[in-house]
Amino acid sequence: MIAAGIDIGTQSAKVAILKGGEVLSRSLALCGFNPKEAAEKAFKEALRKARLSFDNVEHITATGAGAAKATNSDSTISMVGADAQAGAYFFPSARTVIDVGAEEARAVSCDENGNMLDFVLNSRCAAGAGTFIEAMARALEVELEELGPLSLKAEKASPINASCVIFSESDVVSLIHRQEPKPEIARAIYDAMADRISSMVHRLGIKPHVVLVGGVAKDVGFVTSLKRKLHTELLIPEGPVFAGSVGAALTAGKRIG
Amino acid sequence: MPGRDWKDVDIITAGIDVGSVSSKAVIMTDGEIYSWSILRTGSNSADSAKKVLDWTLEGTGLKLDKIACIVGTGYGRVNVPMANKAITEIACHAKGANYIWGPTVRTILDVGGQDVKAISCDENGRVTSFLMNDKCAAGTGRGMEVIAGLLKIPIEEVGEMSLTVDKEPDPVSSTCVVFAKSEAVGLLHDGWSKEKVLGAYMHAMAIRMCELLKRVGVKKDFVITGGQSKNIGIVTRIENILGVKRLPVADWEETGLDPMAAGAIGAALFAEALYSKSLKR
Repeated sequence: MIAAGIDIGTQSAKVAILKGGEVLSRSLALCGFNPKEAAEKAFKEALRKARLSFDNVEHITATGAGAAKATNSDSTISMVGADAQAGAYFFPSARTVIDVGAEEARAVSCDENGNMLDFVLNSRCAAGAGTFIEAMARALEVELEELGPLSLKAEKASPINASCVIFSESDVVSLIHRQEPKPEIARAIYDAMADRISSMVHRLGIKPHVVLVGGVAKDVGFVTSLKRKLHTELLIPEGPVFAGSVGAALTAGKRIG
Repeated sequence: MPGRDWKDVDIITAGIDVGSVSSKAVIMTDGEIYSWSILRTGSNSADSAKKVLDWTLEGTGLKLDKIACIVGTGYGRVNVPMANKAITEIACHAKGANYIWGPTVRTILDVGGQDVKAISCDENGRVTSFLMNDKCAAGTGRGMEVIAGLLKIPIEEVGEMSLTVDKEPDPVSSTCVVFAKSEAVGLLHDGWSKEKVLGAYMHAMAIRMCELLKRVGVKKDFVITGGQSKNIGIVTRIENILGVKRLPVADWEETGLDPMAAGAIGAALFAEALYSKSLKR
C-alpha cells in the first residue's frame, strides 16, 4: 500500500511517500515562481529515492497554501488537518502541534488518533513566520544558519520593536550602529518571534505534549526562545519541514480502498 | 519669509517634531510662523533635533537663547535635549491642523513614516478621540517606500504615476508589507505594469487607512497631515473611498503651512501657551 503526500508551501514543495505507515522517502524543492514544477520535481525525486514509479502510488493527497497546484493529486487535506495527523504519528502523546513555516504559523490541538480538534493561525503578518528571521538575518548580515547558534551566546536580549518586519529592520540597523553585540540582537529577534508564536498558541491553549514542526523548527535559536517562553518541552521530529507532507501521506493512506 | 523682525516681537517659541523618517522644526514669533525646515531623521534623534533647529535658525540672526520655550514631539520626542517639554504628536497634530486650516477641522488623518493616526478634534484643536496603528508598516510611509524601492520609482513620483492607470486595479490581498512585496513581485512577473502594481498597493493602503478613519468617525472638515499628505495617489483614493474631500492647502511652500509640519507647528503653539502661562504665574 503506497501513499504519497504533497505539501506545497509558499517557499518550498515537499513530498513524502509512505508504505504501510512507514516513511519510504522524502524530498523538497524550492518553489521560486513555479510551485507546480517544484512539486513535480520533488515528487520525481521522492519516487526515485523510494525506487518506485508513479504507477505504484495508490493515492496522493495534497496540502499547503498551494495545494491546488498539485494537479496529479487524488484529494486534499487542510494544513491544520495534516499537522494533526503528522504530530500524532511522530509522537503519539502529542496533543498540541505548532507549525511555523515561511509565511504562516499555526497551532493545532489533536487527539491520539491525529484528529484535529481545534486550531489558530497567523497568515496575515510576516512578523510571526520564518520570513521574519530571514529578513532579520539579512539586516544583521549573518547567514541564516548562523543566526541561531549566534543567539545562544547572548545572556540578554537587546531592546527591539519587533511587532513588524519592516520596523524591525530599521531597529536592527540602528542597534548595529550603536554597536550592540550581535548575539544580543539575534536573541532579541528570536525572543520577539517566540513572543508572537506564544501568544498565538495561548489563544488555543497548551496541552502537553507539544510538538514543533515546520521549517523554522530546525532553528536552534527559535526553539530555545520558544521553550523559554512557553515553559514547556518541545518535541521535534527529525525533518520537521516534512510534517505537512507526511500528514498528507498518512491521510492518503487512510483513503486507499 | 514674512517681512517681520524677530526683534520687534514679544514671544519667540519653537516646535521640533522628530519623526521616524523626517524631522521638522518651526519657529514662531507671537504665534505666527517665522521660519521652518524639514530634514531626514538620522540614526540619532538628538542629533536630528539639533540639526533641524540649527537649519531653522540659519540666516535669521536668531540664537537659541532667544527662544523662550521649545516643545518636542514625535516618535523621538523624549530625545530632544533642548526641549522644555515633550508633548504627544497626537495633540500637536490636532493643534497644528487647527492652525493651518482653522477651527472647522474635525477629523485629521496623519500618515507618518511609521504610524497612521486618525484623530477627532474640537474647534480649538483639542483632541476628542483618536485611533492609531503603530504596530504594523501596512499603510505607513515606510511601507510606501518599500514598494517604491522595489519598483525603483522615486517616492515623490509614485502618487502621480499610480493615477495614470486606465482603471483602478483591485487592491493587493496582503495586509503585511512583506507579503505585499512578494505579491507585487508576482504581479510584475505576471506582466502587470509598474503603474498598475502601484495602484493596487495604494488602493489597499487607502482601504486600510479608511477603516481606521471610519472607526474614529469621519466628520467634516477632513484634513490629511504627515508626509503622505503629499502623495496624491493615496489622497485621491482616500477621498474616493470616503466620498469626502480633504481641505487642500494653497501656497504652503511660501507660508510654511505645510501639512507635513503640522506636528511641529502644534508643538510651537503649545510652547507659546506654556510660556505665556509661566509669565502669568
